[in-house]
Order: sequence, then structure tokens, then C-alpha cells
Amino acid sequence: MTRALITGNQAAAWGARLARADYMPSFPITPQTEIIETIAGWIDQGEMDCRMAMMESEHSMITAAGAAAATGVRVFTATSSQGLLYAMEMIYGVPGMRAPFVLVNVSRGLQTPVTLEPDHTDVLAARDSGFLQIHCSTCQEVLDQTLIAYRLAEHHRVRLPVIVNLDGFYLSFTREPVEIPDPAAVDRFLPGFDPETTRFRAGEPLSQGVVVLGSVPYSYFRYETHLATLQGLPAYAEIAAEFAQAFGREYGALETYKSDDAEWVLFMMGSFATKAKDAVDRMREAGWKVGLVRPRLLRPFPDEPLRQALAGKRGVAVVDQNLSMGKGGVLHSELASVLYGQPDAPTILASFIGGLGGRDIAPEEFFEMIQVLRRAAEEGRPPTPRLLFTADELREVRKLQAVAHAERREELK
Amino acid sequence: MYRIRFHGRGGQGMKTASRMLGTALFLEGFQVQDAPRYGAERRGAPIFAYVRAARDPIHERGVIREPDLVVVADDSLVPVPAAGVLQGITARTVMLISTNEAAATWRDRINFSGSLLTLPVETSEQAELRFVGAASAGAAARLLGAIPRATLEAAVREELSALGEDIIRRNLEQALDAFDRMAEHAGCVNEGTAFSVADAKAPDWVDLPLDEADAAAAAIHAGATSVEVRTGLWRVLRPVIDYDRCNRCWWVCSEFCPDSAITVAADGRPEIDYDHCKGCMICVAQCPPHAIAAVPEQEFAEKTP
Repeated sequence: MTRALITGNQAAAWGARLARADYMPSFPITPQTEIIETIAGWIDQGEMDCRMAMMESEHSMITAAGAAAATGVRVFTATSSQGLLYAMEMIYGVPGMRAPFVLVNVSRGLQTPVTLEPDHTDVLAARDSGFLQIHCSTCQEVLDQTLIAYRLAEHHRVRLPVIVNLDGFYLSFTREPVEIPDPAAVDRFLPGFDPETTRFRAGEPLSQGVVVLGSVPYSYFRYETHLATLQGLPAYAEIAAEFAQAFGREYGALETYKSDDAEWVLFMMGSFATKAKDAVDRMREAGWKVGLVRPRLLRPFPDEPLRQALAGKRGVAVVDQNLSMGKGGVLHSELASVLYGQPDAPTILASFIGGLGGRDIAPEEFFEMIQVLRRAAEEGRPPTPRLLFTADELREVRKLQAVAHAERREELK
Repeated sequence: MYRIRFHGRGGQGMKTASRMLGTALFLEGFQVQDAPRYGAERRGAPIFAYVRAARDPIHERGVIREPDLVVVADDSLVPVPAAGVLQGITARTVMLISTNEAAATWRDRINFSGSLLTLPVETSEQAELRFVGAASAGAAARLLGAIPRATLEAAVREELSALGEDIIRRNLEQALDAFDRMAEHAGCVNEGTAFSVADAKAPDWVDLPLDEADAAAAAIHAGATSVEVRTGLWRVLRPVIDYDRCNRCWWVCSEFCPDSAITVAADGRPEIDYDHCKGCMICVAQCPPHAIAAVPEQEFAEKTP
């Protein structure tokens, strides 16, 4: 084991290297490119035995990843944002092949307008695809979850591709101390890929991605993928327990921070959740009974663990770093569906949209979210959804609009 | 927790400086977080990088709001609002500026009563500031007081290991020299405290109004808004035309200028738009009679009243 100061991108690359990925179809995109650069460097220096292929697009890249996994080799690939969307036809296509591999997504806000900084609207577009999703909050977690993801993807009851998500900039380009496990220890935790019957060979012909012209077989195959995805929850629990035993780091489907005795809970995912942890510490110092619950698994959604973790809480502030146009925060809706009708569900479930395009969330904003919960609990009804956006920020936008002559009609008058 | 911000220009090694300091702190057993802030960065454009270090795991992320130490590698950035050099500085922030002007001059200029130190710049380095990153890291290491000289050396070696012994040696000279120069200020930077609930002011959240679609579309109706972006401030070298030698073949320099920053006057004289010339020096290389000189901005500023 060595302890090193590395970026989230390098941590993802280490995950692929320690997993002994055989094949890596690639396509560059900011802020992911450092992952493929790092691996390309290792292959060049003979430190990693992996075949890297530069594809002509992310669509081809995901197709190649699924096809290669179907031949029984261990596949790693990575993308971000618009790249993930460009691949979307195949993101929804390859899970049905039941060929497991790992895709690292480095979250970056989607256009329009174009940005480089992170939010989760990109990775949530893959939410209903049949890829399982693991969300990380530190560089260490990126490395560790990449290893766990292979076990999960290749689990015989699951057999589906897995996305490991990390936030652009806040993890991708940020160096943190990371324990890089010994290859021998990783080999014990994650032996070579046993493809079982998922083995496409020239001598054993097989048709993949077939057409079924009928709703009945279609329903069957689609629902089977859903059932396999649900198997990801118990499988993840087994694998995470084994990981904790081998490496001493705990990765439950939920991270709970000071939430056991909390009355008020912040609920969010990704690297911004560490900011929330800091805010929880500050509020605890002030005597507020506040905690944090962070889902690591987004698909399958950890329904039952969430019901247990949030039972009896007075209020939950859901901070969505994403936006579903015409509905609002995705996590808020998902959590509401889990809690609705439960006898001891939290009284108040509040929706906040924050961190879009990497917009910072300040400590005082976390404090205020808890105050909003308190006021709502007193009034006995949930507050209206709130975008974290200040008067100063609106003035900033107005200035940009003035430069852009956005108010053209004024000019025409 | 220590919170340190490095400001400089693309190409001056601010990311490397933050990594040298980050690695040095890491080697001393600190929990460390370091990151550059990328955007549409280019050589010469203002950039910054930051380092956090603490004994406990660090949960804070992103831009540092209240720095304990601000290191400015290029003093021409201090008055540029877009560079954000002065953002969040308080009376307890230590400012370290690479400059040949007196600390008192800078204190007056930015109206700062706190601790402001200077690190002299070698005259021969002024145009390019090639090793200012290493010097910035070395000085910062000493100001924190938490990093022994040998650890700084190990960190510089580690960060530059791929670049060969000669480059390592030259960077080390600068880093260690700056470290030694800061001896009397060793340890003057104090760790900042955590932001408490009692200190907090409620955020001034607003409900966004629903604007008309043509205003709310991310479109730029105004022509040539790029004129508003004074990229001339990215320049460290200034192309200066000697009109006595210029033979008015304006189509050469104006055509080669990648930023269309050379226009032609009615009498055929090429004229450089210094608000937008980024100082790439392509015109200097292309000019047939060698009538364009590359003058360091610092030198030009000193000669111009």
C-alpha cells in the first residue's frame, strides 16, 4: 500500500490499472481526458498491460465496450457530459446484452449554455438505462469504488455495466491523499473476470442485441434487466462488506454522517456532500441536531436503507445538483417516492437546487436550509422548491445580459 | 486549516507551485487538497491555484473564500479585477507579491494594512518569470513555518521528476533561495479557523423572475463583444513597430496576426491594437525587415511615464 497525493482522474485510472482492465476504448473530453492520458502513459511505459483504442466518438466507444465485454474480457472506459449524451443510444443499448464493464463518468453540466464545471444532470440522463450508478465524494472513493464496481458488474446475479461518477474539477482536477492498495491485495478481492457463459467466440457463434417483434418478449427482457439491477443492492452490500474487510474502508449504499440522532438531515450526493459534512460539524457545534445522508448507489436506488435512515426525522433538505426541466430536483422526487405513505416518514421534505454548473454552496446556505426546515415544520407544510441563487448573482447575470444586448427590444424602441 | 491561494498567469507555473507546496505539506504529514482553477485558460491569462492543509481530513472544497496566504507571482495582476487577487483578503491574510517595488507602495496602492511581503524578481526573469512558480512555492513554504528546507527540496524534486536534472536544479535554486529570503518571516501565516454558525449571515436568496424567452436564451445579440475582453493584459512581451524600418508591407504582419490585432492606417502603416494583442510575437518573427521588436512589458512600463 502506498499513500499518494493524486487527482480524482488519476484515482480512476489507478482503479482501472489495479482491476487489470484488458481493453479500453477511449475518446477525449474535458474534464475526463486526464484519465485516458494517465492510462496511455502507463501502457507506453509497460506498466499496464491493456489495449487502448481511440474511437471516433463516444457512441462507438460504448458500442466497443459492450462488444468487448461480451467476448469475456475486462473493459474500462470513461467519458463526461456531452460525451455521455453522444453515446446515449448505446448507453441504453448495451445493458440488455448483459455484458459487464465499468464506465467512469466525470460529471460536467450539459449545454445550453456550454460549461466545463460539474453537475449531475449528465449522469442522470443515464439513470433509466440499466447501468448501475455509484457516486463518489472523495478521490479515495473514486479508486475504491472502481474496484467495487467491477465486482458488482460481474456479480453473477447482476451482469450489468456500472457507471462510477465523480465530479469534474472538485474531484477530477483536485489532488487529495489516496491510499493505493497493493496489487496482490486487489487481486485477492477482485480476481480475473470469469465471464461464465458471456463469452463471444468465433467458434461459438452468438447473436447479440437482437430484435424481438412483439411486446411480450420485449416486456420480459426489459423487466429482467430491471430485476437484475435490483439485485445490485444486496450484491453491493456483500461486496462492500468484503471490501471493508480487505482494505478497512466502509462503503455502505448510504453514507450517514451524524444522522442517527439528528432531527434535521441534509440529503445530497457527490463531492459537494463533503461541504455539507463540514456544515453539519459547524451546526453541531452550535447545538443543532443536524446530520447528512448521502446515497452512494443511485441505481439501484437504496429504498429500504433510506427508509430506515430517515425514519422519525423532523425534516429532510434534499439538495439536488441537477435539474429536471418542468419537475425540479431528481433526488427530491426519488426520495419522495421512497418515503410516501411510510408511517414514520419525515414530516418535511424540502427541495433545494444547488451547485448547478459547479456553483458553490456556501456554509451559510446549508445553515439556512436547516432554518427553512424548522420554519416549515412549525407551519406544518413543506416549503416551495428553492434555487440557491443570491441577489448579487442575479445582478451579475444582468450585467452579462447588458453586454450581450439581451434586451434587444429596448434598443428597437 | 491553512488556506493558500496562488495567482499568476498561464505559463508561470502556478499549478506546479500549488503542487510543490501541497506535496511538501503532504510529506510533513498534513491532509492536503490542491487544485488549479481551469477555465478558458491560455498562456498569459490570469489563473489561480489553491492549497488547503490540515491535520484532520478536509471537507471544504472549491474556491477559497478567506485565504490565510495569497501569493502573487505577477504583480501586474493585482489591479486587474478579473484576476481576483484581492478576493476575500482580511486583516489577518498575509500577502506575498513578487515585485521590485516596495511593500509600502503596494500597501498604499491596495489600501491593505495587514502583513504584505515582497519577493524581488530577477531583472533577467521579468519578461518570462520562468521560475517564479518554484520561488512562490519556496517562499510560501517558509511563511507557513511548517515545512523544513529538506522537505521543500524533496517536494520540488517529486513534482518535476519527469523534467530532468537540469530543470530540477534551476527550480530548486529559486525555491530554496526564496525559502531562505523569507527566514525572518518564517511561520507568520496562521491557520484560519472554521466558519461558525454565529458568524453566518443568512444568504440573500432571490426568486428568479420568469424573463421573456429572447432575454432568457443564452444568446449574444451584441456584435463583437470579444472587444470587451481586454486580452492585452495577457501579454508579457509587447511587439513595438519601428516605423523608420517598417517598409509598409502591412499584409504580412496583419495577415499573420492570429487575433486580428494589427490594422492598417490610411497611409499604409500597420498599427497594433494593444488592448487585444496577446503578445504571441508571431508578427515579430514574420516581419521581413525585422522592424518589430519584442519589448518586455515591465521595461516598457518603466520607460513610459
